Amino acid sequence: MKVRTIAAILLILAFGFARMNFEQKLTDEHRAAYFHGAKLNLDLRQKVGQLGFLAALSGFRSIVADLLWIKAHMEWEKTEWGRMALLFNTVTTLQPRNMMFWEMSAWHMAWNASLAASQDPKQPSLKLRLKAQREYFDLGRDFLIRGIQNNPDRYKLYEQLAYLYKEKYGDHCAAAEQYEKASQFPDSPAYMKRFAAYELAACPGHEREAYEKLRAIFDLGEKERAPTLLKRLKELEVKLEIPADKRIKVPEGFK
Amino acid sequence: MTHSFRTVHKNFSLARINTIAGNTLLELIRLKVFYFLLLFALLIIGSSAFMVNFTFQEQFQVLKDVSLGAMSIFTWLLAVLSTAMLLPKDIEDRTLYTILAKPVPRFEYLLGKLLGVLLLLLVATLLMSAMFAGALYLRQQMVIAATLHGVSPDQVQEAIRAIRAETFTASLVPGVVAIYLKAALCAAVTLFISTFATSWIFTILISVMVYFIGHIQSTAREYWLASGDGSQLAKIFMFFVTLIFPDLQLFNLVDDIVAGNAIHLLMFWKTVGLGVSYLGVYLLAAYFVFANKEL
Repeated sequence: MKVRTIAAILLILAFGFARMNFEQKLTDEHRAAYFHGAKLNLDLRQKVGQLGFLAALSGFRSIVADLLWIKAHMEWEKTEWGRMALLFNTVTTLQPRNMMFWEMSAWHMAWNASLAASQDPKQPSLKLRLKAQREYFDLGRDFLIRGIQNNPDRYKLYEQLAYLYKEKYGDHCAAAEQYEKASQFPDSPAYMKRFAAYELAACPGHEREAYEKLRAIFDLGEKERAPTLLKRLKELEVKLEIPADKRIKVPEGFK
Repeated sequence: MTHSFRTVHKNFSLARINTIAGNTLLELIRLKVFYFLLLFALLIIGSSAFMVNFTFQEQFQVLKDVSLGAMSIFTWLLAVLSTAMLLPKDIEDRTLYTILAKPVPRFEYLLGKLLGVLLLLLVATLLMSAMFAGALYLRQQMVIAATLHGVSPDQVQEAIRAIRAETFTASLVPGVVAIYLKAALCAAVTLFISTFATSWIFTILISVMVYFIGHIQSTAREYWLASGDGSQLAKIFMFFVTLIFPDLQLFNLVDDIVAGNAIHLLMFWKTVGLGVSYLGVYLLAAYFVFANKEL
């Protein structure tokens, strides 16, 4: 072997040695910025097949996820809810930073699949239909919880989870908590704080806290005084027996 | 006064490198490599038309994923296939002997060849980016037009803002740059392999293998760096995998960028710096081997 060939090999090895720590730090920085978060393990390998797994490993994760998403869409047209849930699991594992996948998966399960289960003509027992419906609510909730775990830096899924608790579980306390979390994000819309307070107003035992929050929003000015806010405040004033001189003044004609 | 007719030979000449790079680019263009753009256009038009039943978020998502994924595949294939053919073709045509018979250092020859391929990749990436941006813009306009029908006038601005936020994001640019860098790195690796390969098929096979291993190199590195009790033999093996193969996963940013991730400027420049270092090292290694090669 000639000297220059040895030099080439040594150069590659020395560069490999020099870049090792730098690359590890850069990988850590990437991960801290939520890059490369997909867990490409044997479980996924079984779900997407060898070719899909190879593609996902080789930098084509998003395309594999899209293909599976389209497949799930086709299953939706056939109302194959179980298969859809499995496909959604795989899609969200491949693309955990894609908010749309989490949102839509949760929506399909908690809204569409749960409704279908509650009206299932093949199931005569109401109790079992309601049980199935509840299980789909839980599936939807699980998607959102896992979505939040993968996207703790974004408010959107907290908002969706709050909405799910409110609409499907009727759990206003949990909804208030999630809206409150969503409102803490600097880029979250201003109405998030209002929604958190509305839900808190419906949460037993938290009326005083809700009143103070709603009052604080009311005091921000005309722009914040939405009809629902005024309505909730009026209700709470009665419930909490707020003295007349401390009650808010509402526009004429407001009911 | 004879010396006035003689030009002084320089050991390193940008003009010579320019000429070689320009000729390489021209040769590759003459091979009609840009025909793949037709396929790319078909892919984005197809994916765009296929998605009409989906929500606009889904449409944009799939269009971006397919376009950027196709860009990634095409630039990689272009990098590997065109670079693998460079040296064997020049030897077969005897162009190599004509060039090296002149006072052209072998390093300049290799650098010129690599720059030619990098230029080709740049043109291809820019063309594909323009087509992708055009398709995305058209789809955006169609969605806006469709949305305006069902929205009250006071919600128009909000609806348009939501649609625009889903289409063009600033981080798409670093994503495309990362695709280009990865392809450029693959070209440099292929050039290095082709300096000692016995045939272009061997070069392509090894380059493809490097590509796949490069994407899981970080797993080997983490295994090596982890302090856990693993098999000593496995650790040594992982260590050599880490040293030899490039970490291509670091350039694979586009999957997460499409999903809405923003890339910090410093992190992006570090990635670019790493890519440029790879290019330099593989070019130098290629020169070391090529300098000794008996032609």
